[in-house]
Amino acid sequence: MSGIFEYNGGSIVGMKGKNCIAVACDRRFGQQMSTITTNYQKVFKIQDNILLALSGLNTDIHTFYALMEKEINLYNLKENRKMKPTTFANLVASALYERRFGPFFVTPIVAGLENGKPILATYDSIGCKSDLDDFQVGGTGGNYIYGACEAFFKPDMSPEELEEVIGQSLVSGCDRDALSGWGGVVYVLTEQKITVKILKTKQT
Amino acid sequence: MQYLDNYLQFKGGYDYTNVKRNELMKAQGFKEMPFTKTGTTIVGVLFDGGVVMAADTRATAGATVADKNCEKLHVLAPNIWAAGAGTAADLHHQCAHFNAKLKLQRLNLNRQSRVNEVITKLTSKLFPYRGHIGVALIIGGIDSNGPQLASVSPYGNYVYHPFQSMGSGSLAALGILEAKFQDGLTKQQAIDLAIEAIEAGIFHDMGSGSNVDVVAITKDGADYKRNIRSYNAKSYQKQIPYHFPVNNTPALKKYQFDIEKQELTEVGQEMEIIE
Repeated sequence: MSGIFEYNGGSIVGMKGKNCIAVACDRRFGQQMSTITTNYQKVFKIQDNILLALSGLNTDIHTFYALMEKEINLYNLKENRKMKPTTFANLVASALYERRFGPFFVTPIVAGLENGKPILATYDSIGCKSDLDDFQVGGTGGNYIYGACEAFFKPDMSPEELEEVIGQSLVSGCDRDALSGWGGVVYVLTEQKITVKILKTKQT
Repeated sequence: MQYLDNYLQFKGGYDYTNVKRNELMKAQGFKEMPFTKTGTTIVGVLFDGGVVMAADTRATAGATVADKNCEKLHVLAPNIWAAGAGTAADLHHQCAHFNAKLKLQRLNLNRQSRVNEVITKLTSKLFPYRGHIGVALIIGGIDSNGPQLASVSPYGNYVYHPFQSMGSGSLAALGILEAKFQDGLTKQQAIDLAIEAIEAGIFHDMGSGSNVDVVAITKDGADYKRNIRSYNAKSYQKQIPYHFPVNNTPALKKYQFDIEKQELTEVGQEMEIIE
């Protein structure tokens, strides 16, 4: 038996650009060494300007996403307005810390655009928010993607270039991780639109 | 029983619903991922008229650096700061919680917060949790009783001393402090001493690194210098950065969601999948 975070596998990465932000994830859903499906969704649209990427134990990905969906829907109904990305980032941290002694086994990445400014936050499984870096990773292939990001990343990239760079970083990183891969999806968020690109990768 | 749902929603505190499940998983042999710890070297130095606190900026998750430039100096009150070592999530949330608690109290009582009350509140909170809330803090501030410096351990123990160091790099820092500390330092001398102590931690301890943050608290206010020293800037930059031409990465499908029109359309970039 390996770690709880290695049971299902999967990797996510987020990167800031110039007035845009991108998240990418792989598509594998496995049970230890078996692959169950290769089209598992790990990035969820919380709001038109907020994306939530989750990695870790897939059952907790599902549960945590449902919890955040509930929170934002209640917020919209009660406050009759949209939630700001920085507020959502704090909400995720609080929701994770609330379960400090019985945590969700997820490492989320929150990506959003607030007044054109990209907001990127990552957390450990108990809610330590880290939002000062220009790129963040999560999941079993995270460390390998870090290496690719450090090499490929440039500040203030355009949405098109950002899409390329994050895609290449994800694919390079996942190639070195046995538990991630089987495709990749890149989401680029700008003020006007969200583009979703399903990458063609080595199917191994 | 709807009132129960509402009550439970607002009761605050920790949620223990996942504990049983997690214990079962651990019994089956699964290992948890390590929480982000702050590794850390933090120091506090008392001087004539105030207190100086300094910290490094590295956060680690196991052996990986999770954050190269995190903030370990937290504001608890305008005249009281805390430097934290231990589990990063606990530090961040507990300090935010105490900040809010003290602010409410100041609004209610119209009095400045005091260091000894912060220590009392902290230790009262930490002791019942038997060390499971992993915060090791150095609390420094100036109030009506003068400048004070204390350290609080995760188990609820506290110590007042003119110089403190905590974290994995505390022994390295303590060497510098024990050798060079004197009573009656000036502000600049205290800052230099604190920076030197953190440097020792950064270079000799694996869990500490990156930059040095310093805050000097006097009765005129808190002077916070973020990244006053930087040692680990990237020494090598690729001369010609990687340039990826647009639409270079092959894609199976590409969709576009227009936010204003709330429409999802497929963008034509289909590639043939060669079997």
